[in-house]
Amino acid sequence: MSTEPLEIDTLEGEFSTLNLGPTHPATHGIFQNILTMNGERIYHSEQTVGYIHRAFEKIAEHRPFNQITPLTDRLNYCSSPINNLGWHMTVEKLIGCTVPKRVDYMRVIIMELARIADHLVCNTVIAVDTGALTGFTYMFQEREKIYELYEEVCGARLTTNIGRIGGFERDFSPAFHQKLKKFLAEFPKKFQEFCDLTERNRVFMDRVINACPFDAERCLNYGFTGPNLRAAGVDYDVRVMNPYSSYQDFDFIIPVGISGDTYDRYIVRQKEIWESVKIINQAYNNLPEGDYHADVPEFYLPPKDDVYNNMEALIYHFKIVMGEMDVPKGEVYHSVEGGNGELGYYLVSDGGRKPFRLHFRRPCFIYYQAYPEMIKGCLLSDAVVTLSSLNVIAGELDA
Amino acid sequence: MTNQEVLDHVRTKFADQILEFDEPYGMLTIIINRDALLPMVEFIKTDEVLQCNFMTDLCGMHHPDQLGRELGMVYMFHGMRKNIRIRIKCFMPIDDPHIDSITSLFKAANWMERETFDFYGIKFKGHPDLRRILNMDDMDYHPMLKQYKLEDGTRTDKDDRFFGRDGHDGVEFDQRYIK
Repeated sequence: MSTEPLEIDTLEGEFSTLNLGPTHPATHGIFQNILTMNGERIYHSEQTVGYIHRAFEKIAEHRPFNQITPLTDRLNYCSSPINNLGWHMTVEKLIGCTVPKRVDYMRVIIMELARIADHLVCNTVIAVDTGALTGFTYMFQEREKIYELYEEVCGARLTTNIGRIGGFERDFSPAFHQKLKKFLAEFPKKFQEFCDLTERNRVFMDRVINACPFDAERCLNYGFTGPNLRAAGVDYDVRVMNPYSSYQDFDFIIPVGISGDTYDRYIVRQKEIWESVKIINQAYNNLPEGDYHADVPEFYLPPKDDVYNNMEALIYHFKIVMGEMDVPKGEVYHSVEGGNGELGYYLVSDGGRKPFRLHFRRPCFIYYQAYPEMIKGCLLSDAVVTLSSLNVIAGELDA
Repeated sequence: MTNQEVLDHVRTKFADQILEFDEPYGMLTIIINRDALLPMVEFIKTDEVLQCNFMTDLCGMHHPDQLGRELGMVYMFHGMRKNIRIRIKCFMPIDDPHIDSITSLFKAANWMERETFDFYGIKFKGHPDLRRILNMDDMDYHPMLKQYKLEDGTRTDKDDRFFGRDGHDGVEFDQRYIK
């Protein structure tokens, strides 16, 4: 049962140290929390991060633009397509390329599927941490279907490397259409079962309501974005405030919470899954006719057939594969609503083949630093569900 | 508010501190003296017109060819009420890499400044806990500076010549390894 955080001054007695991590089932990733505990209460905590730091920003300064997409896969690996497509949109903004409406809608479908997959992982894991393993196993079957949809589009599942700068490498296949229709027909029913299992479940509610609330002012000060900020009542969503990829065409709401506790974070994600289903339905039913890629031969790899039979295509193919594309000078910031919040790309180009500087705004890295303040005075069991509900993804944390 | 209006508003208070301004891809970018950073950030955060109470991002930069202003800091602020985005940049010489910390205004800056210190060696005055964060503690250089190659410079087992990169010279290779 969750309890109010205690004022630290009232704590007395002996303290003990507990290592939550680096490899602990409750962290769901590699990062360490050294907790100073008084009985079950957390008096102080200290974090160590960087266990899977892979220097993506340094590597990115040595790679042509299309070879940076696989790096973005490995940021938030629960929703790789959002990272990939966000990066493509950043480069498109830099080179001033407008994509056909069909590409926008295709991207929206893929990104919302990714958001569903991301939120499913987070929310089912909160349920697991409170003792409900069943929902997790059932919902992972649905997540598997989303991964099969990725497979139909790009051939990969986890680290998707989906799409290209300028669009997609191929149009949605007949199998994709078939599987997506099946998914849209069946998913709401299955997901409703999971909602029924947890949302009004007395045991679950007692466990998560009032577990480590974090109010809006502190959330903003700590740079929270995404569901964690919305749970505190701030309706900031990049999709609405700075629409990209034609999000302004769709009708959806931004769910917000009140107190910013674990239950609110959970419910916001649950509701967002329903909104995502709504957006996918709208995008899929109104999928415009047209090309599945923009006309940017300097960046978009030509079809293999043309490479062998067309001199111009061969030249572009060579230039793209060897990373010899010309890009304009300039600095551009583009952000998308990732699974965990505002995923930003700050790209500085000096006109060379590689970025001069590329900085990823990684929402996990920014909000995870609030964790000690959130769990101070709370019970250890509340700290565990709070960590799950923050959805800290080690790949995004450490870059 | 248009970028011009935002700029004019900031200018009313910081006219002499603004060195340059620009609008690349629609985002207002102001280059200021580094001494003016803290008062300026406080101004745009607390000002009733701008209300930029959210720090989106901060990161470091290294321009080895800009003599006297090699290191740079880039801050991005967001006023969500009116959807105002402001980018503030400061430059500093590499032999005097320090700037005021903005952790007193935005707690989110804590780890981000640590990250910038870790990778660029910029020291933040007033930071509560300026340690390395992503790299190991006993690292003795700041790896994102442009003079460091992609591979770990302290390693001797990874010779660039074996990977077809810089220093590739067939003759030298033959003389040294074929005996």
